Amino acid sequence: MRSFQYSRPSSLTAAAGEMGGLLAQDPDAPAAYLAGGTTLLDLMKLDVARPERVIDLSALRGELGHVHPGATELRLGAFARMAEVAAHPGVIADYPVIAQSLALAASAQLRNMASLGGNVLQRTRCSYFRDPSWAACNKRTPGSGCAALGGVNRAHAVLGTSEHCIATYPGDFAQALLALDATLVLAGPQGSRTLPFGSLHQLPAATPHRETTLLPGELITEFVIPARAWTRRSLYLKVRDRESYEFAVASAAVALDLDGDVVREARIALGGVATIPWRAHGAEDALRGLTLTETLAWTAAENAFAAARPQTHNAFKIDLGQAALMRALLQAASLEIRP
Amino acid sequence: MDTEKHDTTAPSSNRRRFLVGSALSGTVPFLPHEAEARAPLAARPPGDAAPGFALHVNAHVYQVALDPRTTLLDALREHLDLTGVKKGCDHGQCGACTVLVEGRRELSCLSLAASMQGREVTTIEGLATPDGRLHPMQQAFMNHDAFQCGYCTPGQILSAIGCIREGHAGTPVDIREYMSGNLCRCAAYPNIVAAIEQARDQGEG
Repeated sequence: MRSFQYSRPSSLTAAAGEMGGLLAQDPDAPAAYLAGGTTLLDLMKLDVARPERVIDLSALRGELGHVHPGATELRLGAFARMAEVAAHPGVIADYPVIAQSLALAASAQLRNMASLGGNVLQRTRCSYFRDPSWAACNKRTPGSGCAALGGVNRAHAVLGTSEHCIATYPGDFAQALLALDATLVLAGPQGSRTLPFGSLHQLPAATPHRETTLLPGELITEFVIPARAWTRRSLYLKVRDRESYEFAVASAAVALDLDGDVVREARIALGGVATIPWRAHGAEDALRGLTLTETLAWTAAENAFAAARPQTHNAFKIDLGQAALMRALLQAASLEIRP
Repeated sequence: MDTEKHDTTAPSSNRRRFLVGSALSGTVPFLPHEAEARAPLAARPPGDAAPGFALHVNAHVYQVALDPRTTLLDALREHLDLTGVKKGCDHGQCGACTVLVEGRRELSCLSLAASMQGREVTTIEGLATPDGRLHPMQQAFMNHDAFQCGYCTPGQILSAIGCIREGHAGTPVDIREYMSGNLCRCAAYPNIVAAIEQARDQGEG
């Protein structure tokens, strides 16, 4: 690991102020916030992340660690640990897709460490991105090319790709947030603001190194998830190469509001198959107002992958992703929801 | 809590040999005051003051001054001579470096030592009582022969204690799921699950 200067501010204001000072001197200052550390320290050891200044937020974890499930919304502090949220009875009962997406991610130890804010900002597991001995990676070194395009790309994305990057977004929690129309509260050197979660991640297009719309020095302080008619009939289905402790090959976060067998409203987000957390609006439209049958679920699943572009080794993700979504929809429809 | 200070510049004790001798006699008499820390191994980057801070480990306080890059894992092993915690992958994938932080299982390889200020860390050396009586989870691992080479075992035992405390050890299926972050290349998994069930039934976590 390369050397860096370290600080451990005692308040959010001090942390943002410190970052703001660095960015005022140099807009491209190689500085990074450190929260749970499970992504950043890993990438620093791999020499993929090379911050010269690390602002450790570990002293603030008590300040923004709340888990408040309410009747109208769920508020989650960005420093709440994945494990705390996954095990919270109020989240399990009323926001099941949130609890499940967190419980099915990583390992127990990592879930005890990782913050929610860091979780949604975790970097891709693309093996060409993670190994600097591959020179070509537009995400790591803009303009250098993409080794995955002609390489081993079984784990890569089929949705949202570009000729510059096909790296898969690896997380699970993000799909749950996207399906439930979550909002982010952000803080930074320029002050606070809110952002719809669906506007956080950016398609790779020609700039795969720009992954989010966060402003320089901004960090996530809170997640706000509204309670809607479909929130409690929600689930996260994750398909992996092994049964536990593995990233998704394909996953689906779904939420349904049913009138008998008729779909009043549907929310669908896909993971493991796309470059960013992937909202399947077309599939939602295909379900709305119709009776949910196996045939309709399959139609929706086909719609969700209509724009898929397979690479050499990952065409199976289209079939697998469709099957995962179909099963998730039928399972969600069969849930017994207490009044 | 014992608040004695351990100067990182103090000469290293011969604790590793001491532990080997005591292990042969069938006990694990962890005596924290034996664990005097060595001077930091890595040079500090120029211009970085690397101010000292306190690490709270196994109910003792160690005053250390470390290169900011030092992980909790390296601080424990290389500076506090607590070599029970093991370095496997060093990337958060194998679980060999598991310790308890504020009673919760975490990976010491993916934490900076400096981030641990004000937080209580428990390693495998901190489980046995001062008179050498094993923690029930350690005893259960011995009763069920829940290891072969033993390299992953300290992490397995600490993770198992966390697993029971979290309430995730109710069934073998739960134990396998919630212990999936600890890999065992010897594949002692059936015995590990049996050991955790024994400790759980004794009400130990």
